[in-house]
Amino acid sequence: MTDAPEGATERSWPLWEVFVRGKRGLSHVHVGSLHAPDAEMALRNARDVYTRRQEGVSIWVVKADDVTASSPSEKDSFFDPAGDKIYRHPTFYDVPEDVEYL
Amino acid sequence: MYGNDVIDPNEPLNAAETGAYDAAAAHEDQREAIGSDFDALIAADQRIEPRDAMPDTYRETLIRQIAQHAHSEIIGMQPEGNWITRAPSLRRKAILIAKVQDEAGHGLYLYSAAETLGVDRQELLDRLHDGKQKYSSIFNYPTLTWADCGAIGWLVDGAAIMNQVPLCRCSYGPYARAMIRVCKEESFHQRQGFEILWTLMRGTEAQQAMAQDAADRWWWPALAMFGPPDTGEAAKGGHTEQSMAWGIKRFSNDDLRQKFVDMMVPQAEKLGIVLPDPHLRWNEERGHYDFGEIDWDEFWQVLRGDGPCNAERIEHRRRAHDEGAWVREAANAYAAKQTIRENEKESAA
Amino acid sequence: MSTMRNESLPGAAENTGAAPGDKPYAGYLLGLADDAMVYAQRLGEWMTNAPQIEEDMALGNIALDLLGQARGLYPYIGSIDGSGRGEDDYAMQRDERDWRNVHLVEQERGDFADEMARLLWFSAYQVELHTALTGSGDDVVAGVAGKALKEVRYHLDHASLWVVRLGDGTEESHRRMQAALDRVLPYVAELFDDDEASVLAVDRGAGVLPSSLHDRVEGRVAAVVAQATLTLPDGSRWRSRGGRSGIHSRPMGYLLAEMQHIARSHPGATW
Ligand SMILES: [Fe+2]
Ligand SMILES: [Fe+2]
Repeated sequence: MTDAPEGATERSWPLWEVFVRGKRGLSHVHVGSLHAPDAEMALRNARDVYTRRQEGVSIWVVKADDVTASSPSEKDSFFDPAGDKIYRHPTFYDVPEDVEYL
Repeated sequence: MYGNDVIDPNEPLNAAETGAYDAAAAHEDQREAIGSDFDALIAADQRIEPRDAMPDTYRETLIRQIAQHAHSEIIGMQPEGNWITRAPSLRRKAILIAKVQDEAGHGLYLYSAAETLGVDRQELLDRLHDGKQKYSSIFNYPTLTWADCGAIGWLVDGAAIMNQVPLCRCSYGPYARAMIRVCKEESFHQRQGFEILWTLMRGTEAQQAMAQDAADRWWWPALAMFGPPDTGEAAKGGHTEQSMAWGIKRFSNDDLRQKFVDMMVPQAEKLGIVLPDPHLRWNEERGHYDFGEIDWDEFWQVLRGDGPCNAERIEHRRRAHDEGAWVREAANAYAAKQTIRENEKESAA
Repeated sequence: MSTMRNESLPGAAENTGAAPGDKPYAGYLLGLADDAMVYAQRLGEWMTNAPQIEEDMALGNIALDLLGQARGLYPYIGSIDGSGRGEDDYAMQRDERDWRNVHLVEQERGDFADEMARLLWFSAYQVELHTALTGSGDDVVAGVAGKALKEVRYHLDHASLWVVRLGDGTEESHRRMQAALDRVLPYVAELFDDDEASVLAVDRGAGVLPSSLHDRVEGRVAAVVAQATLTLPDGSRWRSRGGRSGIHSRPMGYLLAEMQHIARSHPGATW
């Protein structure tokens, strides 16, 4: 056994964000967070904390520190430019009413 | 209707099973139109999200409220937790373990919501252990008999749900989402409590007496769970007004208490339990039940720390935490070693 | 897999299930059920006492799984021994001498390392046991085992993760984990004793010979212990015996007193 490396006795376990896929065909959705010493334990704890009632078929855990988030103050430059690209949406296109399967 | 001697599974027994829950859980996002100004969002009944700008007092109030709520869930594991080893049947034992486990889960959902506001769970636990932050006073009463597990589920979880359903539309997004999850799970808690009492009231004389005694002891503390009067004269100088304006409180304490009484009286009648209040009677004019005066002196005394179990609950919690310190440290040490090993492997490759 | 089944379950093919009034076979099944029941009772004590709230929930899940295993077996045992008893008759109304669990599961709750040492051994044993029992000629037992196998694999995983972290964590945790492995060892051998009931259950193609599980169980435990930088103590000291014939250790009576006192204080009551 080697001695514990420095910083090992910090007071609390790191925070992990938990994402659960509710059922096949759905995306993973953020459900909350939990504390765990490492990824393996985080996954295990996520199962017990967030899927006790079969709420999921797959779980992701991500260290909260590793999440880079857009900031609300940047919202305009991040999301508004997509606002005028209306041609990305199917409703932009006029098609004759009697065409099926569109 | 199923007649009088069975529980109708389709009949709502608590606030999480009424339209109020669905209404609270449904939410229409209009942020696109409103922008990100705090006051404008609040005025339009929109959700505030973690990285939004918000007044410090809003943040602090929320941290305190969510933390106290989380502490209540965690401390709330104890009164029933100490009956797990004594549950009188295996079915009851399984239900009780699952219930106490749920309360742990609720605590975790809520600490998780609090952490989005920039506090660490450990900090909050320290404040609980040091007595700097409170938890619901209801858990400072002892669970004397098995029937107390029934009374807690029926009355205490019932009152908690009544308090929590409106919080599903709390202005702070992570808190609201945690509450939606919590309320969904809570209704099982209230039902299993009702069922315990239902079974006891149809059992032996001793069992009936046990159920009645538990209801006698838990009724008034359950009513006090809604907090001190906050309407009319009593509202002046209280937190209610600001919290209402911020959308982190939706109804006054007195409103919720009245709703609770109105919901519980018919259920007590069904159970055959006599609620310990001689003033309890239907008021045709108001369309509500009238009920007697709560002993607020006793309430404040328990809140200040003079309840039968205050010291015991905190002591238990602190002991579990302290006894686990070496385990948590070991896991950290192992994780740190693993990181070093992985780095070494990578640099060697 | 198939060779192992043939080894441990001779005659599985011609078995025709249980006949009512079959006390020895019921006794064998009672051993399985009582192990799960008593350990569930002990694990239930951890709720509100675990090192981290997440761990309260994990141990609660394991307790619920074990409780479910016992509840799956008791009514069936009641049909085999001819008594028609239900789960609560077995759990709440039997005296100490009628319980057939091993001493390992009845020992008092120690510290977290003690629990992980016990869980490691017990879940490794249950993984091998239920793997073998999925091939039981008794369909009910095979069914219970199939469901239990998924659960106990998770329990073993949980114990393994913790034993490794405690063993290879800090100096203190290493010392405590090693001490726990030393303390639990005298209670391990009893899991692998071939009592009369298990031999009979094997003869009828329904059970598994406990001794046949030993090497694989020990192999699983040894691998985890090595990864944890710990050592498996050698078993030359006193060891427990007698659980399968109703001879128990001091903690058992207290465990039953606590578990049964309400049910027994109200004869005939339903809950
Ligand atoms: Fe709760
Ligand atoms: Fe609850």
